[in-house]
Amino acid sequence: MSGGARGQVSRLLALVPYLQSRTDVSLAQVAADFGVRPEQIVQDLKVLWMCGLPGLTPDKMIEVDFEAIEDDPEGVVHIENAEFLARPVRLGSSEASALIVALRALSEGSPESTQEVIDRCLVKLEEAAATGTAMPRVEVHLPRSGTGERHAAVLQGAIANNQQVRLDYYVPTRDETTQRVVDPLELMTSDGHDYLDAWCHLAQGRRLFRLDRMYAVEVVDAPRHEHSLSPRDLSAGLFEPGPDDAVAVLHLERHARWVADYYPVDAVEELGDGRIAVTLRAGDPRWLVRLAMRLAPAVTLVEPPELRDEVTRTALAALDLYGRAAANP
Amino acid sequence: MRPPKSERLLNLVILLLVARNYTTKEQIRALMEPYRVSTDEAFDRMFERDKDDLRALGIPLETGFVDKFFEDEQGYRIKRDAFELPSIDFTAEEVAVLGLAARVWRHAGLAAATSDALVKLKAAGLSFDREQLDQVQPTLAAEEPSFEAMWQATVHRTPVRFDYRRAGQREASTRHLEPWGVVTAQGRWYVAGLDTDRGEPRMFRLSRIVSEVTSTGNPGSFTVPEGTDLRALSQTLTPLQPDRTAVVLARAGAANGLRGRAEVLATDVTGPDGSGSWDRLEVPYGSGSDFTGELLGYADAVIVESPPELRASVRDRLAGLLAGAVR
Repeated sequence: MSGGARGQVSRLLALVPYLQSRTDVSLAQVAADFGVRPEQIVQDLKVLWMCGLPGLTPDKMIEVDFEAIEDDPEGVVHIENAEFLARPVRLGSSEASALIVALRALSEGSPESTQEVIDRCLVKLEEAAATGTAMPRVEVHLPRSGTGERHAAVLQGAIANNQQVRLDYYVPTRDETTQRVVDPLELMTSDGHDYLDAWCHLAQGRRLFRLDRMYAVEVVDAPRHEHSLSPRDLSAGLFEPGPDDAVAVLHLERHARWVADYYPVDAVEELGDGRIAVTLRAGDPRWLVRLAMRLAPAVTLVEPPELRDEVTRTALAALDLYGRAAANP
Repeated sequence: MRPPKSERLLNLVILLLVARNYTTKEQIRALMEPYRVSTDEAFDRMFERDKDDLRALGIPLETGFVDKFFEDEQGYRIKRDAFELPSIDFTAEEVAVLGLAARVWRHAGLAAATSDALVKLKAAGLSFDREQLDQVQPTLAAEEPSFEAMWQATVHRTPVRFDYRRAGQREASTRHLEPWGVVTAQGRWYVAGLDTDRGEPRMFRLSRIVSEVTSTGNPGSFTVPEGTDLRALSQTLTPLQPDRTAVVLARAGAANGLRGRAEVLATDVTGPDGSGSWDRLEVPYGSGSDFTGELLGYADAVIVESPPELRASVRDRLAGLLAGAVR
C-alpha cells in the first residue's frame, strides 16, 4: 500500500468496514490482514478516533476502544458509531486490472473445473470495479503448462535439503535425451526461461539446464558434493563467448530478421531489401547447422565454407529420402 | 498541534458522502476546522490538493450545481453507489482462487495493487485463509524497466512516447503510441497499440524500449477500437495449440525432441532408404506454427508421410535451400 497520508486514508477506508464486519478480531490479525505492523494499525486508529460526521461533536465521532489493545496485540479491536462507512471503496482500475490479469494467468493451465470458478470470479470483479473501469486488455501466454513449476519445486527442495538430483535432459543441439546426476546450486531466470545452475557429474563441470528441457527430475538420496563456486552472474546474458566458439555468417531474409533479435549476434549488416547479414557464434557448430536447416530457405549460412558445405550435404541427404520415396511410392 | 492530513481527508470524505446534495466549497470550509482556521489563500491551495488526493485514491468526487435551476453555485459530492463496493457473494471456491491470484505477481507495483484489492475484499467481509488448492501456482514476473509505466498507460488509456531500438539496429528512434494492452508470451512482455506516427497498429517488445515512457496526453484521451483482438495480434508470439497430427518416420534413437510428445505407431519400419530401422510416429502440431522448420532441424533423421501438404512443405524448403546454395 502506498505510504503517506494517501496510504493511511486508503487503509482507513478499508479498516472501518473491515472492523464492522467482524466482531472478534485481534490487533495482530488486523495487522496481518492489512500487511502492516500492529503499531501502524494503532496509529491508524488514533487518526480514526478524530473523525466522524460533519460538526464532529462528541456524539458524531467514531469511537475506538483503545483500552482493549493497549500493549496487547491479542486484544480485540473494536469501533463504534461508524455505520456511515459500512462498505469499502470500489476497486480502482489498477487494482482490478492487476487482480484480473493474475486470475487469467491462473486460468491458463488450470483444470476445467477451476477455470469455471475463475470465470465466475472475473464476472463478479467487473461488478466490484469503479464505474468506467475498462476491463484490462491483457493477453497472458504462460511459457509452460506447469511442468517447469513442478520441476522448480522439486529442485528447490533438493537445494534446501542438500540432495543430488537425476535429470532426463534433452539437448537439442545433439538431439539427445541424456540422463545425468547433478548437484543443484541455484534456480535462475533469464530472458523468459528458468534455469538450474548445477554441477554436472556427467560433464564434470558446471552447467546451466533449462527447466523446460527437463523431461524428468528425481531427487537422489545422496548429499551434494562440495564445490567452492561463486554465484553466477547473469547480468550480461546467459551466453558466455568462448575461445573455441564456432563463428558463422548468416544471411537473413526480411521475415527472418527476428533471428538477430533472438540470438546474441556479434555483428549486423544491412544488405538492402530488408535483408541482413549477421555474425553468430555458438559453442557447438552443429547448432549453427541445425539453425540454418530449421530456418531454410529464409536463412542462408554463408560462412565458413566447411559449415556451408555441411548444410548442403545435410539438405541433400534429407531431400534424397523424399526423392526415392517419390520414385518408389 | 496540527491534525494530520489523513484526518482531514477522511473527514472530508465522510462529509461529502453523507451530504444529501452537492456541498459548496464555502459550506465545506464552514464545517471543517482545518479549513476554517486557514487564510483564504492557504485554504484554496489545501482544498485543491485534497481533491487531487481523493481522486488519486479512486474516490468518485463529483461536481455539480447546488441548485439545478440557478447554475451559479458549484458544489461537490460523493455518490454512495459509485463509492461503495457493491455487496457481492463469492463462494468458498472463488475466495480460494482469489487468494491464489494474490500470489501470482512477481512485480512490486502489481503485487501491491493486488493486495490492495484483496484488502478491500477483506473489508467487505471475505476471509482468505491460507487454504491450498491442488493447483500449480503460476507466476508473472516483469523485469522490463518500462513495464510499470506502460501498464499504467494502458490501464488509464494515456498516450505515450518512448525510444525504441528495433531488432538488429543500433540507433533507437522515438515512437508515439496509444497503448491498447499488454501481452506476455514466453516470459517477455509486449505492448500493442496504435502507432500514431504510422497510423497502424503495432506491437513493441518492452525490453527494447531504451528510454523512460513519457505521457503525451491525458488519461482516457483515446479509446481502444471496438473489436480489437489482442489475442489475434499476439498470435505470432506464441506457439499455437496443436490442432492436427502428422505421421512421420524417424530413425530409431533419433528425433528425441519429437518423441516427447509423439505416439509410436510402429517400430522396425522399412524406410525409403531400404533400411528397417525406422519408427512410425504420430505427432500433434499447430497449423500456424513452423512445424516444417522443426522437422527440417532433424534433417535426414525424419521423413514426413502425411499430411501431403506438410510433406510438400518440407521438400520445397529443402529444395529452396539447395537452390540458394547453388546460386
